[in-house]
Amino acid sequence: MSAIIKVEHLTRVFDVSKPLLNRVIERLPRALLTAVSDVSFEIEENSVYALVGESGSGKSTIGKIMVGLVAPTEGSVQISGVDLASETDAAKIEAVRSEIQMIFQDPFASLNPRWRVRDVIAEPVAAKGGDTTGLAEKLLEQVGLSAADAGKYPHEFSGGQRQRICIARALASNPRIIVCDEPTSALDVSVQAQVLNLMSDLREELGLTYLFISHDLTVVQHMADRIGVLYLGRLVEEAPRDVLFNDPKHPYTQMLFAAAPKMDGFGREIEAPKGEIPDAINPPTGCAFHPRCPLAVERCSRERPEMRNIGKTRVACHMAE
Amino acid sequence: MTDTPVLSVRNLVVEIPTRHGLLRPVDDVSYDIEAGEILGVVGESGAGKSMTGNAVIGLLDPPARITSGEILLSGQPIHNLGRSALRRLRGKKMGMIFQDPLTSLNPLLTVGEQLSETIREHLDVSHDQARKRAVAALEEVGIPAASARINSYPHEFSGGMRQRVVIALALCAEPDLVIADEPTTALDVSVQAQIMALLKRLCRERGVAVMLVTHDMGVIAEAADRVAVMYAGRLAELGGVREVLTNARHPYTDGLMASTPLASAGLKRLRQIPGAMPRLGALPTGCAFHPRCEYAQDRCRKDPGPTIDSCDGRAACWFPLATDRKEEAQA
Repeated sequence: MSAIIKVEHLTRVFDVSKPLLNRVIERLPRALLTAVSDVSFEIEENSVYALVGESGSGKSTIGKIMVGLVAPTEGSVQISGVDLASETDAAKIEAVRSEIQMIFQDPFASLNPRWRVRDVIAEPVAAKGGDTTGLAEKLLEQVGLSAADAGKYPHEFSGGQRQRICIARALASNPRIIVCDEPTSALDVSVQAQVLNLMSDLREELGLTYLFISHDLTVVQHMADRIGVLYLGRLVEEAPRDVLFNDPKHPYTQMLFAAAPKMDGFGREIEAPKGEIPDAINPPTGCAFHPRCPLAVERCSRERPEMRNIGKTRVACHMAE
Repeated sequence: MTDTPVLSVRNLVVEIPTRHGLLRPVDDVSYDIEAGEILGVVGESGAGKSMTGNAVIGLLDPPARITSGEILLSGQPIHNLGRSALRRLRGKKMGMIFQDPLTSLNPLLTVGEQLSETIREHLDVSHDQARKRAVAALEEVGIPAASARINSYPHEFSGGMRQRVVIALALCAEPDLVIADEPTTALDVSVQAQIMALLKRLCRERGVAVMLVTHDMGVIAEAADRVAVMYAGRLAELGGVREVLTNARHPYTDGLMASTPLASAGLKRLRQIPGAMPRLGALPTGCAFHPRCEYAQDRCRKDPGPTIDSCDGRAACWFPLATDRKEEAQA
């Protein structure tokens, strides 16, 4: 299998400074927030790659860069060998753009309430002047709704049904890759199971590749083939699913796994993790995790660990073995 | 433990009159919480779990109102109290922790002012003493440099620290009952673990009864002593957390547990409950769960679902699942 997506040294910096006049008067420095910092990974065709991390880890920013909603500051994303940010051939860009689609977290905010479901779903094709006859009806049935729903408005559907509509819209342009940003966080458990099953079925039927962004480890464990763990904009560990869950190498990954509630953890007393995620504008020197890390030594506060391979795992930690 | 439970809810019914008829978001719900006990209340959105909590603390938004049943706090009825009497009870006898810590704190007052105000409202102490207590309360919930942070405003705290302030606020007048409505849903996993550990420790130390409303079965498993499962306004199952979660007797609980990704570990597809919870205005006849239930029989379609008390005290179901079926399946 070959990599369909190649992410190389991806970095995105946001300028969150106060307005110029305030900066001059109050003598404030520029404030730069590095949301994504030097992230590299590859996604194989027809696989599910999951990015996990807590809020502020940069996982959604990576998803947005991937579909072209945000431009990278440095580094590149190559989809089927085309780098959207630097490619100049319009035909190539056009072709890649319809290959990649996105599903958002909140199915209440991502559907236009004034459009009929038919128009919502057909829009990705209609916008390019394609033929949309019967398209919405076909897709609705494919995602487990009925063709008659095409004439309704989004408010007539429940959360799970709306997420199905979002999936149908994402499928409209026959994509090969779908970026899913927390697709089930807004849904109840029993509905989440329905949507996740639908996504698994579609992947098999259509040979889709997913970039699956989530903070929920149990969902990731169920869906992903390969998992990247992000902390403060950096990839700290990456491994195939079973390797990562059986043998997490990075202390942050270990902490995440220990802190996640377990269904069979009756009366479990855990050593609650220390501290909170630091400020992304002034991240700690060296390894960003060192102030919270149980293994940290002096070197960790000085020197940023490089990604290195241990078995099937890639990990950025001085102490991991 | 004393014989009188801290909170006793008896056949509680909450109704909302609407143009399209009467809705019952809470229908014939009964449960007790003992001192020092954590009762987990789970269910999907719209199951009535928050509405039950709001009914207990007297914060139902009109036109929703309690139309029958009783709520007893340490044996005293509180469901028929007026607004001012309830106001005195809230904070003093009952503390509340809501989902979003930013909206449950006043952004214009420092956390110290909010804490001392609550303390002085309910306890007969001087201004200085109230302030000292406020510092102690912040220290107890693990806020570093509490005596300095007491002069900070809510926006100067991070999400986890803010939720700690809310917990301090809920516990500062030493209530007997705390209602925690999705206290960690807005927080990250590592912070959630900190907050839950704190909540468990404080409640155990002080013997506070806790009603923990959440949709996260993992949180329930780790924190609760007993669990109440709600579906479409009714209690579906009530029992010890270990029994209910590992050996569900109500088909809904069973389906809910099976559809969590962990329970299906190693399976290619998750087990799913077909359909979605019915809307309150369109409840099916018979047991509200029957259209989604794989075990439904004629009786479930015709007769309204039984209450827990009329069954075995555990599952509100005409045909509860056998408790020992898991062992059978393994044998």
